[in-house]
Amino acid sequence: MIEIKNVSKWYGQFQVLTECTTQVQKGEVIVVCGPSGSGKSTLIKCVNALEPFQQGDIVVNGTSLSDRKTDLNKLRSHVGMVFQNFELFPHMTITQNLTIAQEKVLGRSKDEAREKGLKFLDRVGLMAQAEKYPGQLSGGQQQRVAIARALAMDPICMLFDEPTSALDPEMVNEVLDVMVELAKEGMTMMCVTHEMGFARSVAHRVIFMDHGRIVEDASKEDFFGKPRSDRAQQFLAKILHH
Amino acid sequence: MYEFDWSSIPGAIPLLANGLLITLEVTLTAIVVGIVWGTILAIARLGSNPVLSRLAAAYVNLFRSVPLVMVILWFYLIVPQGLKAIFGNDIGDIRLTSALVAFALFEAAYYSEIIRAGIQSVSKGQIAAGLALGFTPGQTMRLVVLPQAFRNMTPLLLTQAIILFQDTSLVYVIGLSDFFGTAYKVGDRDGRLVELLLFAGAVYFVICFSASLLVKRLQARFAK
Ligand SMILES: Nc1ncnc2c1ncn2[C@@H]1O[C@H](COP(=O)(O)OP(=O)(O)OP(=O)(O)O)[C@@H](O)[C@H]1O
Ligand SMILES: [Mg+2]
Repeated sequence: MIEIKNVSKWYGQFQVLTECTTQVQKGEVIVVCGPSGSGKSTLIKCVNALEPFQQGDIVVNGTSLSDRKTDLNKLRSHVGMVFQNFELFPHMTITQNLTIAQEKVLGRSKDEAREKGLKFLDRVGLMAQAEKYPGQLSGGQQQRVAIARALAMDPICMLFDEPTSALDPEMVNEVLDVMVELAKEGMTMMCVTHEMGFARSVAHRVIFMDHGRIVEDASKEDFFGKPRSDRAQQFLAKILHH
Repeated sequence: MYEFDWSSIPGAIPLLANGLLITLEVTLTAIVVGIVWGTILAIARLGSNPVLSRLAAAYVNLFRSVPLVMVILWFYLIVPQGLKAIFGNDIGDIRLTSALVAFALFEAAYYSEIIRAGIQSVSKGQIAAGLALGFTPGQTMRLVVLPQAFRNMTPLLLTQAIILFQDTSLVYVIGLSDFFGTAYKVGDRDGRLVELLLFAGAVYFVICFSASLLVKRLQARFAK
């Protein structure tokens, strides 16, 4: 489903990603972790071409991102993305947030888009908020709407960039619950997160990044059982004990 | 002691009203065209095409570095010469047209700076979210960035509009009878210049002061 092949990226002189290689199979849930500044966000943004890369290639569902003929807007419309800061559109109601891309990008009718949007809003348990504005919702609610907004586009896979790290602790679980449910339904997911409980319960593989490299790429059992690199071991010890 | 005599004002009300209409016409045209053209300039300036970006910057810097009154005169004296060369001699009274064009092009430079700041006030994350949903960069600008940018900058745009409303009185240099010009002419005709100018000043004050109160209230609402 997602193939990342030898991807390197520079910001000017500074190399953010160094020869990153991994794949995500259909239905697989991958957790990406690593210290701050290790390039996790950059890598995940490369997957839906929000960030360009200079070397290597990424192939999403058979479409090569480095191919100049690829319609990147179209590709992004099939890849759902959830951000740390939710990024709902503050000038639109929740319903409009859920429908606008369906209408403008997928060409769905108003009614069709609304029906679909509300179906997903119901799934994340926020039907009552349909006519409110994002600013009137709590962080956890906003993030659930953001997930519903991405799902309403019928994505072939979902990317999450630290979806719970901007939330108050008591709201983390309501968002993780939605993600767990999604994982159990077989959605292909690539999640940057430090929620190791989430990783233990639904991830198939865990990727550990450091200084722009994929240092560890192991099955969940191996990763939690016997991490091979010292860096990963130190990192795990730090986040598990705080 | 000067004896005030306001008696020439009531009879001049229709003339003055006509003048006020011209003032409003110039103001509104400059606001609408200025905002549209200013938005295009701001987008060009922030865009990735270096040629367009430089051209937009040059335009803005040029218009912001010359006095408005000169721009008005240029468009009255120079542009018509060009038009005459193209269309022959008969181009009629171009005072109003040249004033409309001059103000619109001049104001666009100021509006584009306000709009540029407004666009930059929208976070990068919002742009990423728009693109991630499959919007083209153009759709992201139109549906996500600009609505928020305009919301953030409404008070500044209105403040600029108030300044513009006052500045339109400069069209007196090309003999156009806007509100101020009409008041001046009536006062001159009746030998009551002081009264007419006081009256005109009072009208400008009431309009601008009410508008700025409105802006303050909007600002308070947006700050919430
Ligand atoms: N636009 C940019 N220009 C230059 N350097 C950047 C830019 N964006 C990110 N970087 C740098 O690239 C490195 C990787 O950033 P990235 O955001 O991918 O890290 P991260 O692993 O997601 O970290 P965090 O856990 O803090 O979110 C960092 O050192 C960062 O400073
Ligand atoms: Mg990050």
